[in-house]
Amino acid sequence: MSAVVEFRAASYRIGAREILKSLSLTVEAGETLVLLGRSGSGKTTALKMVNGLLFPSAGEVLVDATPTTAWEPVRLKRRIGYVIQEIGLFPHYTVAQNVGLVPRLENWDGDRIRERVDTLLRQVGLDPELFAARYPAQLSGGQRQRVGVARALAADPSVLLFDEPFGAVDPVTRLDLQKQFLALRRDLGKTSIFVTHDVREALMLATRIALLRDGRLELLATPRQFQDSAGDEALAFLECLDWKANPQ
Amino acid sequence: MNSGLASEIGQLALEHLTLVIVSMSIAIAAAVPAGILITRRAAWRPWLLGFANVMQTIPSLALFGFLIPVPLIGGIGKRTAIVALVLYALLPIMRNTLVGILGVDAAVRESAVAMGMTGRQLLWRVEMPLAARTILAGIRVATVTTIGTATIAAAIGGGGLGVFIFRGIASVDTAQILAGAVPAACIALAADGALGWVERRWTN
Repeated sequence: MSAVVEFRAASYRIGAREILKSLSLTVEAGETLVLLGRSGSGKTTALKMVNGLLFPSAGEVLVDATPTTAWEPVRLKRRIGYVIQEIGLFPHYTVAQNVGLVPRLENWDGDRIRERVDTLLRQVGLDPELFAARYPAQLSGGQRQRVGVARALAADPSVLLFDEPFGAVDPVTRLDLQKQFLALRRDLGKTSIFVTHDVREALMLATRIALLRDGRLELLATPRQFQDSAGDEALAFLECLDWKANPQ
Repeated sequence: MNSGLASEIGQLALEHLTLVIVSMSIAIAAAVPAGILITRRAAWRPWLLGFANVMQTIPSLALFGFLIPVPLIGGIGKRTAIVALVLYALLPIMRNTLVGILGVDAAVRESAVAMGMTGRQLLWRVEMPLAARTILAGIRVATVTTIGTATIAAAIGGGGLGVFIFRGIASVDTAQILAGAVPAACIALAADGALGWVERRWTN
């Protein structure tokens, strides 16, 4: 196993507010590391430090053993796939143009892009014949999210970042997307970092869970270890799974 | 209508159109880049928008008058008229460029950056296409206003359809005023219709 992403005492502050406090963490090749935490725990901040949307105010973050500050910013971002909750598909591009965007920025030739787009759409469960020429406004929330995942995979990135990607869809669609995620991981074996506040999602998708609280790493554990953990914050999250109102 | 008047209307309408087209080309070439600039440099926003704003608050006849004594751009004639018309047209174009670009969904912008678009690619492939409709709306408003305001150019020797209007006012001749006002209104309506069509085509 080799480290694809490494946080070395990485901190992030805005003014006097320290959002992330000296995070040290290694993400191994092929694993899905889930950053779990409440709103404001620093998980999205940590994620954005991987592809250079943010840079640590102290410490460093290494991608493929090179600090993010030493990467050429555009190169770093194109090596890393990024999926966010609002998806951010370009409304003026068709599905095919959205998915083929990074390959086009990388100057692939047209045939290769078309082929790649077809493969990717099939991989995320969308029929290219039906969907390639549509615009994002003509898709359901779940379909848009699939296009978002296909777009992130387009240039065969070494790492995928997910920022609460399934947060805005209904629970039935969400389960579909989660199963899709597991199937993709089985087929492609991509290294992923996944941000969520949903403990059920974390247990389902993670190979390891990093629990953040107020910008600090509280616990780093496999889903099994997490379920047996006795820490306050882990228990608070686990209670979300088990708590039921008393039957009337 | 005698043929002398008809040919004079034609000639002055052409002169009027030339004033408008030249002024609008310069105004677009200045105001769109200025609008883009102030999306990048928020600190410059109050200065550039303020300047364009002040230009618009000066009564148009006064603005033409103010420019006459200014060296290089001033004096009597078309050049001064064009400078005044450009100054007038800046605000709606610059403001709409700013509003159009800032109106692009933050998630769209973030994912463009996260996918490794350069600043230039973000601007030309994402922000400008998505802001195009708003920018065109600004250009449309500015064009229609400029066609009307250009009638005042005649007051400082700039020519155009205003020549009829000022002549008509001086000689209390309604027919002369109409000979200037009606074609100017027709040009304005035609320009509004044509630019409205472009605006709709752009996004559909």
